[in-house]
Amino acid sequence: MNITLRVWRQKSRHETGHFEEYEAHDLNPNMSFLEMLDVVNEQLTKAGKQPIAFDHDCREGICGMCSCVINGEPHGPENKVATCQTYLRSFKDGDTITVEPFRAAGFPLVKDLVVDRSAFDRIMQAGGFISVNTGNAPDANAIPVGKEIADQAMDAAQCIGCGACVAACKNASAMLFVAAKVSHLNLLPQGQPEKSKRALAMVNQMDEEGFGACTVTGSCEAVCPKGISLSFISKLNRDYLGAMLFR
Amino acid sequence: MNLLVALFKSSLGKKYVMALSGAVLVLFVIAHLLGNLQMFLGPEAINKYAAFLKASPEVLWGARSGLLLMVGLHLFSAALLLRENSDARQAEYEKKDLVAASFASRTMIASGIILFSFVVFHLLHYTALQIDPSFAEMHDAQGRHDVYRMVVSGFSHWWVSGFYILSMGLLCLHLSHGASAMFQSLGLKNERNRCFIDGAAKTLGLVLFIGYSSIPLAVLLKVVK
Ligand code: HEM
Ligand code: FES
Repeated sequence: MNITLRVWRQKSRHETGHFEEYEAHDLNPNMSFLEMLDVVNEQLTKAGKQPIAFDHDCREGICGMCSCVINGEPHGPENKVATCQTYLRSFKDGDTITVEPFRAAGFPLVKDLVVDRSAFDRIMQAGGFISVNTGNAPDANAIPVGKEIADQAMDAAQCIGCGACVAACKNASAMLFVAAKVSHLNLLPQGQPEKSKRALAMVNQMDEEGFGACTVTGSCEAVCPKGISLSFISKLNRDYLGAMLFR
Repeated sequence: MNLLVALFKSSLGKKYVMALSGAVLVLFVIAHLLGNLQMFLGPEAINKYAAFLKASPEVLWGARSGLLLMVGLHLFSAALLLRENSDARQAEYEKKDLVAASFASRTMIASGIILFSFVVFHLLHYTALQIDPSFAEMHDAQGRHDVYRMVVSGFSHWWVSGFYILSMGLLCLHLSHGASAMFQSLGLKNERNRCFIDGAAKTLGLVLFIGYSSIPLAVLLKVVK
């Protein structure tokens, strides 16, 4: 199939960017979106031009490294898949596809489609962990965890930290990410001792990084490649309120 | 005091203020509608009810200042959130899909601001009696303020009724999203009740719209005269 790409090109944060158009011919519909970018980059390199910079790593939907807003939707048109698992068969032959970087004050642009998502790392460093004294690994089943709680915690733990929630939100809010990370640990017995401290620290770091507030539009949930539920945001609101009032 | 500062410093804190003040206003609009619907019971019912509300100045002004405070808090946190939220995006997308975001959820600021201008007009009109000074001279046989005649006379102007009905449409829009979002902001929604709360909020918005609009419509159609 043949595709026309309109890609955001920007040398660095300090220069102005613009869209550039590329024609990609004879593509296999079973290529992933990133493989198509590889093909275009090969052409560009052969022509002595700068290849398009884009983020990727595992290419199997588990690392959270790929990004891009494809035709106005983070991670493209399919539900619950990342860009790396979006295939050209999701588009039509002859389509023009617009590709932009995630746009948020909290995700400063690095180059072309690459943005700096280390704000998420700093939010994790603020409280996305459980403090345990070192020693022997405890017995796996020493702490009983109810099935329902374990399932919910694992649903939250599915978050791969890609930042699509921020990219989709009209307020560039990181609430879905923070909610997933806080809930994952706050649901489990191992997370209880630091529950309040974690909610306060991670939300405060989120605010400091310049992300917006939640208006409950539901865009984040709709684009999340892992289908993280909006209900975790409600839980974060609850945990933070409790921490604020009673800690 | 520390709690108050923390409340307005954090994004979640501002949403708690937004949701709590919104919740009080929601309860008020429901009660206000139930009071207003007495228009359909005739002059005696509504005039008696109005006199009863004004019987004790302490209670009246207590309630009024409470409501004013809620509107103030709601507006103040809305303004703070608006600034933070627009700073958080900076560069806009060239192409943006709305993905799941409802019209109501994207226009909370607009519906809120127009609602606020309606509230100001409404208070000047029927509370402060500034728009039509003849309202102040209307008294019924028992010497009470003739609220019934005032409302009929006010709504017989098509532009008053029109603005009123339009504003009630915006209230419906604001609450079809807001009355559900407030449960989310206060941490009361979960996987089990979210569909119910979303549906209940939309139903509430619609019921309020129909209830409030029925009065000016009845006046315009000369059902109430
Ligand atoms: C006075 C003018 C008003 C303005 C400027 C205004 C503005 C707003 C805005 C911007 C939001 C969304 C906040 C966000 O999440 O970003 C909101 C939410 C809300 N508003 Fe209003 N509003 C107004 C009047 C009202 C009235 C009269 C009511 C009730 C009858 C109301 C009830 C609510 C509720 C329940 C919410 C949901 C709170 C939440 O998101 O947690 N508002 N309002
Ligand atoms: S590259 Fe790892 S999730 Fe897409």
